[in-house]
Amino acid sequence: MAGASAPSPDVWVLQPEGRFAGLRLGQVWAYRELLYFLVWRDVKVRYKQTILGAAWAILQPLAAAIVFTIFFGRLAGIASDGLPYPLFAYSGLLVWTFFAQGLAQSSASVVGSANLITKVYFPRLVIPVAAVLSGLLDLAVASPLLVLMMAHYRVWPGAAIVAAPFILVLALLSVTGVGLWLSALNVEYRDVRFVVPFLVQLWLFVTPVIYPASAVTPRLERLGVPGWVLGLNPMAGVVEGFRWATLGRGTAPTSLIAASAAVAVVLCLTGALYFRSVEREFADVV
Amino acid sequence: MSALAIRAAGLSKRFRIGQRPRYKSLRESLQNALAAPFRRGGRAVETIWALRDVSFEVAPGEVIGVIGRNGAGKSTLLKVLARITEPTEGRVELHGRVGSLLEVGTGFHLELTGRENIFLSGAILGMKRAEIVRRFDEIVAFAEIDRFLDTPVKHYSTGMYLRLAFAVAAHLEPEILLVDEVLAVGDVAFQKKCLGKMGEVAVGGRTVLLVSHNMGSIQSLCSKVLMIRNGRIVHCGRPAEVVAAYLRESEGNNWADVDLRTHLGRLPRMRPILQRVRLLNARGEVSRTYLSGERIVVQIRYDASAEREPLAGAGFILWTSAGVRVGGFNTYMAGMPPSRFPSKGMVEFTLSSPPLTPGGYSLSVSLGTHQAILCDKVESAIQFDVSPNDVFGTGYLLTAEDGAVALACQVRFHEGMAEAQS
Repeated sequence: MAGASAPSPDVWVLQPEGRFAGLRLGQVWAYRELLYFLVWRDVKVRYKQTILGAAWAILQPLAAAIVFTIFFGRLAGIASDGLPYPLFAYSGLLVWTFFAQGLAQSSASVVGSANLITKVYFPRLVIPVAAVLSGLLDLAVASPLLVLMMAHYRVWPGAAIVAAPFILVLALLSVTGVGLWLSALNVEYRDVRFVVPFLVQLWLFVTPVIYPASAVTPRLERLGVPGWVLGLNPMAGVVEGFRWATLGRGTAPTSLIAASAAVAVVLCLTGALYFRSVEREFADVV
Repeated sequence: MSALAIRAAGLSKRFRIGQRPRYKSLRESLQNALAAPFRRGGRAVETIWALRDVSFEVAPGEVIGVIGRNGAGKSTLLKVLARITEPTEGRVELHGRVGSLLEVGTGFHLELTGRENIFLSGAILGMKRAEIVRRFDEIVAFAEIDRFLDTPVKHYSTGMYLRLAFAVAAHLEPEILLVDEVLAVGDVAFQKKCLGKMGEVAVGGRTVLLVSHNMGSIQSLCSKVLMIRNGRIVHCGRPAEVVAAYLRESEGNNWADVDLRTHLGRLPRMRPILQRVRLLNARGEVSRTYLSGERIVVQIRYDASAEREPLAGAGFILWTSAGVRVGGFNTYMAGMPPSRFPSKGMVEFTLSSPPLTPGGYSLSVSLGTHQAILCDKVESAIQFDVSPNDVFGTGYLLTAEDGAVALACQVRFHEGMAEAQS
């Protein structure tokens, strides 16, 4: 029993902090087990009592891919970088769905955890991060279908496949960055909840998911806008980069990825700082 | 090991209330921002100080009780200490791991099974996975739900849910434990179990801060009690004295001094001879709350000067709030002859040590001109409450379910089966 004999390493000093309290990532690391349990909880709860269960993780990107193939691929005849449109669409949608889901879950996560926030201490950063991480399982479940499609269309990855993990990290950074901002904003401004679905929809059209970047950059360059500007949307780098890494076509979209990476990192940092600066009011406002 | 477990200095917490709506919308904020230059004067934001200049020290191993009226700031104090909300001013030092029990079932998810919830709730409350695994069997045994471990918690009865939730929380092993009235839920058996566990924790050398309205548990568990009023500490000392001060203060309204002349509890066709009734405690103060076994004085004022027949008797009957008749007393039982009755005055009954169990009680008072003839009676004339008290001197506190009275009894053991020689 802890009590009189055990040494106590923790000494907490609580006093009003300035607006710019540090990120305290050390605290997040100390609570990594909690992070695991929250992810585990989200995943378990999502799949309990559902008939579709894991199949839903595949159905979302698949259904969208089918619809896009029919309307954008066949009927509207949109280019697809030399790839069969279904493959083009599904690969992009795979990472896009991860982003969209992650955004939806994380933006609502802090408000949805009000019952925890008002009763127990733990670094609140853990909440939106857990929401984002729980989407990784869905991504993993939907990936085998991509491999099957690649086999069907006889499209094999080249050496670029080694970049795939880095692209995924970029995807994580992007979702987390935006998620941190939205989840923190949602606590103070409740209409953020209504903005998110609308935001995600528009974001889909701005990102080269339905169409390849190559369909857009020539016109941009003719207008004097360099191609990497598209990369200011962090998901542009993720989607194009993912397609390039897994489907092995064309040249590396390095400038796009670089721009996206920079934006993602900035979003993450500023998001975390904003989150921390309003975190102390969460329990009072939520 | 440091000399102090908790040191708080000048802790204050301010909340914004009123004018500003709790949830803002971007649209409103934008509107306000645009309208700002055109608004006269400043926008007054109402604030309240939930805590004001709270300072105290707690040595390791002490069990501190915190009492006060609802809204006094007790829960806010716990929230600040539990790092859930930040103090507006002041500073507090906490030496050791802090565990907080602010509600029962923190982190429970109804869709998950009992087993899964043990891990989830344990992790949320701050236990490491290894700890939870180690204490898993103890937790299940305490909660008595072995057969239901793999059923989703939403199918549990309230009792099972509470037992499980408390079982997880009770096996937290922080150096400092903050407990907020979680013991107020559940049935009597559950509360007893919780109190028992809390007692174990207290004896085990852990520092505990307990907020409760249950004066009995406060007295039996705590070594020191703080009383909070309007965000400030107004009293700090030994449990018995602070609790007594709190009970005295809780009087407020003089419901312990009732005007009977127009009382609705008067029986039909009775004349208003009874004027007032009031209850006094051992110190002679008008009071509505008593500890079990504490002296109660019943004073009944009456005016029978307008009556043709002289009064022969006065009395009262005691009922529990559940309607059980506990007993009563009247002047006939005391052998008081009618000649002793002034036609206008007061009769005073003193219950020197009524062995009442905790709960609510009410009195009906009556006057008669003859042992069988009433001239005035008021039912439910006055109510009072009895709080738990250590009447046996053993720390065993009775509750209303134990019966209406506490029996004073001695116990002896005799070895063997042969008839005892007395």
